[in-house]
Amino acid sequence: MCSLTLFPPPLPDGQTTLCESNNELLSGSNTQNASPMSLHFPRESLKLHSRTESSSKAAFLDHSETLWMRSAAAWRDGGLPGLLNEITDSNSEVPKWLAVGSGCILALLRWISSFHSSLFPHLTLSSEDMIAEFSQVLNWSDCVVRAFAWHPHTDKFAVALLDESIKIYNPKSTTTPTLKHRLQRNVAAMQWKPLCASALAVACQNCVLVWHVDPCSLSARPSSSCAQVLSHPCHAPVTSIAWSPSGALLLSASPMDTSMMVWDVAAESCVPLQRVGGGGVTFLSWSPDGSHVLASTPSALFRVWETRMWTCERWPCLKGRCQSGCWSPDGSRLLFAVEGETVIYALTFAGAPDISTSSLKGPQAAAVVADLSETTFHTEDGDLIVGGEIQSLAWDPRGERLAVLLKGDPQVTNRPAIIAVFKTRTSPIFELLPCGFVQGEPGVEPRLMQFHPNFQHGALLTVCWSSGRIAHVPFYFLTSAVPLVGLSGSPSLLHPLERPADFASQSLFTELLS
Amino acid sequence: MFAADSGCWFTQKVLCWRAAASVAWSVLLLPASTAAFVVLSKLSVLHPVQMFADCVSVLLSAGSVFSFVLLAGVIIMVGFLTFEYYTVIPSIACSKVALLGQLLHPRQLLYCLAHGVMGVVVGWSCAVTIGYRYERLAYLCPQKDRDGLLHMCLNEHHLLLLLEGGFVGLSHSLLGVIQNLNYVSFGTVQQHKYLCFKASLPLAAKCSAAQAFYSVRNFVLLYFFLGHIPRAWMCKSLSLHLDSSAHPLDSISGLLDLSLLYLLWISATYLLFSWYMTLLLFRIFVTEAYSFPVQSTFTEEAPQCLPKVLSEKQPMILKFLALQDLSLLSQHSPSRRSQVFSLSQPGGHPHNWNAISKECLSLLADLTQRLVSYHETVATNGRTKSLSSGSDRKTSSESSGTEDLASCRPTFLMKTPASVFLRSVGAGPQSPLTSPFTPDLDSPFASPTLRQLTSPVDPGSPWHGVVQSPHVMRRAPKLWSTSTDSQRNGSPPASPATLPTPKPESSKPSFLAQFFQNRREQLPEASSQALFADGQAHIWALDGLSYLVQASFTEDQFGVVQTTLPSILSSMLLLQEAVDRHFKLPHASSKPVRSTISLGDSSHKTLRFALRATLKTAIYRITTTFGAHLHAVQLSAEHRKRLQHFLEYKE
Repeated sequence: MCSLTLFPPPLPDGQTTLCESNNELLSGSNTQNASPMSLHFPRESLKLHSRTESSSKAAFLDHSETLWMRSAAAWRDGGLPGLLNEITDSNSEVPKWLAVGSGCILALLRWISSFHSSLFPHLTLSSEDMIAEFSQVLNWSDCVVRAFAWHPHTDKFAVALLDESIKIYNPKSTTTPTLKHRLQRNVAAMQWKPLCASALAVACQNCVLVWHVDPCSLSARPSSSCAQVLSHPCHAPVTSIAWSPSGALLLSASPMDTSMMVWDVAAESCVPLQRVGGGGVTFLSWSPDGSHVLASTPSALFRVWETRMWTCERWPCLKGRCQSGCWSPDGSRLLFAVEGETVIYALTFAGAPDISTSSLKGPQAAAVVADLSETTFHTEDGDLIVGGEIQSLAWDPRGERLAVLLKGDPQVTNRPAIIAVFKTRTSPIFELLPCGFVQGEPGVEPRLMQFHPNFQHGALLTVCWSSGRIAHVPFYFLTSAVPLVGLSGSPSLLHPLERPADFASQSLFTELLS
Repeated sequence: MFAADSGCWFTQKVLCWRAAASVAWSVLLLPASTAAFVVLSKLSVLHPVQMFADCVSVLLSAGSVFSFVLLAGVIIMVGFLTFEYYTVIPSIACSKVALLGQLLHPRQLLYCLAHGVMGVVVGWSCAVTIGYRYERLAYLCPQKDRDGLLHMCLNEHHLLLLLEGGFVGLSHSLLGVIQNLNYVSFGTVQQHKYLCFKASLPLAAKCSAAQAFYSVRNFVLLYFFLGHIPRAWMCKSLSLHLDSSAHPLDSISGLLDLSLLYLLWISATYLLFSWYMTLLLFRIFVTEAYSFPVQSTFTEEAPQCLPKVLSEKQPMILKFLALQDLSLLSQHSPSRRSQVFSLSQPGGHPHNWNAISKECLSLLADLTQRLVSYHETVATNGRTKSLSSGSDRKTSSESSGTEDLASCRPTFLMKTPASVFLRSVGAGPQSPLTSPFTPDLDSPFASPTLRQLTSPVDPGSPWHGVVQSPHVMRRAPKLWSTSTDSQRNGSPPASPATLPTPKPESSKPSFLAQFFQNRREQLPEASSQALFADGQAHIWALDGLSYLVQASFTEDQFGVVQTTLPSILSSMLLLQEAVDRHFKLPHASSKPVRSTISLGDSSHKTLRFALRATLKTAIYRITTTFGAHLHAVQLSAEHRKRLQHFLEYKE
């Protein structure tokens, strides 16, 4: 089952996808004003920090201090290993037994930690590499737009940029507040608090920041006192956060920490939920009905938590870790992608939250719903290979369009990263149909995508491109949930002639088949 | 007394069992911690085999069985005291004098005394378990006296362990008052008891080790200076002698014995850990969610149903558990929600919904009223000394023209609202006005029932519907204050309005009076904390109401919620207004300092922030669910305008 062969071929060079209308994707070649709403952040316009914190140490001259001072500084900077290292290094000043002893302890510590990290190789990564590894953003470290978040109720959104600032755009206001904070470094994810107008949670390298940006304020630079700092020892870097749909709790995850934190943001207190297996938590996704949470780990294992009593189901994968996942709007179905595999799996949960027992009867095994293995399309400009591993998944809030960001291969020119969009139907049975590819300007690859949470006329996919442009691709359709579709006429019925090969009618996956 | 009975069934059938189960578990876990203690006390790296043999022999000896029974008794006693003294509404001292009052309350003294005695018992058990030179209180003196007779000598090491146990017990109970150890808070998320316990175990170990370290440090210092007193007393009362060849322990060389210090620390840790464990288990068991039936087919079970239980006053935890259950059922349980929305058969009245919504609304109204009257008091009486911002300065200078310039500290302090009220608490007839502001015990002899006054005032009480006139508010307490305060500790009379010039005694207050006056100064933000002490109940009420209203959009077949929607919205908006105004006061929005490592629950300090967030979320939940339909709801113009802000996501 190769799903991508049924897709309409990709656009020729120079064409960009504009929107979906009448059941087909429209494209245009006029790239400059493709969409009046699109934002552009050229890389040159951002003032970047050229140095990292650790590299600044070498820039200063060495200055002889007493052993005590150096030990204290080493203890402060590097903890016990740092102290031992300092003592071992200055063996001319300390008694011989102390230097030898600390050297032995240091060797023992290193041996233990190497043993530990041979179990969990991700622990050897630096913070930035770790965020890049586990982020939902493709090639995060090189990205101009590092995170993007639509407000769940209104038309405003927040953009985190490479220069560690966050800008908030609101169509109803002329001010675009810029958020900067001392601790706001290496933003991995952002999310607005549901049922609230102002709170924005930001996952940073060392903490979680919760900004309170008053929507009526005219200030362009809210002070850092508007931000709450939520930090917990050993819980860094934070790579994923998730608000509960009721807005009461905030979850945060770090690959370094085996427990995920449940924050009561107002009280700034947290409850760690610890499960040792897996070695950390990389990605969180809260189901829209609030009943389940997907938590993936750096190992080939992910968990699905049930949010009433906070018990979890373990789901071991065969090949690699769970890279991404998304929930259907009713929270009954989870689609996920595994690293190293080119398929999308589905899990179905009996969405009956009323049963008194806390453990929900889940499915026994995941079903493969789509195969995205490499497919060659013959276009005018030559062969184009599409398919491969999946970077992230996004499902529109009505459950009608599923966008899949495929990684591609940067080494091979004709295998770009691309977004494949499926049409989906969740009721009465789950169905998957091809829709098309979303492409940008030539030589520019998609990095990050998100659906607008309440777009009136269908679905609106926001794509952040590697050039720093943020574009919105609307999918106009009438939702099948509305019973009057037959009367007003489904777009596909009105224009049945326009396509010789009606890809839309060829179902890729239905539950009846499987 | 039907109502009293219905509260009683809960205490008898649920609370007692939960407390008993928690004590039973802590007794069952005692062998494990005792074994760990024995291993740690016999620790020797060089002779592991001998250490192991020692440990086994100690654990199996008859003496250790006896001391274990004794320790189990102590644990049961601790559990009983925890059950007697726990509270779900923290008692927040608004001033340092009030805190002192709490500490010196007879009930509290009894508690401390019991803990001191139990500490001595644990110290004795530790000494017996450790063995060696610590085992006995007396031993045969090595030297004969002048008559050639052998005497019994006092073993100071044993005495040291006993005293240390007592000291740690006492300091634990005193610190418990300051850190609100007896306050039981409800968790953010529901978890199974075992997982809760497992998660809190490392914290308990860390806290007990740290606390033991500080306690031992203080004890050693104390013993260094005052150690000779208990030693001499012991010798005299038991007619023991002092061993002149042994080195006295209340000296630097005596106390700088590393193994002695280590054992002191280990035994203090053991004591605190076993007690903390009991406390933790009690908290976990007693706050476990309890599912009340929404309605019952049998009339005799009616008082145990949720609508009835919600309106209970006593015990307080019953009301809290009922509200928690309401909030849980409104979120997670469609079938129980349908019972809430159902109509009575026969009759067709929505009794369940009416009772639930009425109780929740009265809780909210009570909080609103409390906030409004507090705000008025602050506005008319002025604020604390340190703050003199624009409008406030005007009001305070209106009332005390000349003294403003004199800046006589004691008189100026009088203007803080809580100090005004505190005085009238001790004045005998409890002014109903005091209840919302001072849930603490000012005088050592004030009745402990004061604490319950923070609970919602029932409509029958005189405070309900009291005239909220600033004149009444200002005058009534001040009239009391002039007479009572000078009577009690000779401090200067307070009311600046009635006294244009300070009396001679106020110009030269005695040192003690001055000291007390200074201590009486409001702790920053304490009064704000005290206002929201029972905020958890309001948070659940808001959650429960808003989730039920949200669910009613699709699940309420008979439209029972629609009839109350205007009152729900208006009471939430009123509360929102009052909360907004409250947060404009100084100190109200300042965050409490992060507490250092301690098992005392500091969640009550942030309840007001949690309440503010929950309130906003609750209103948003209703507005997002109903959307434009809300325009059809009957509301006042002001509320409509406010609601429009929420509909446009501008709050």
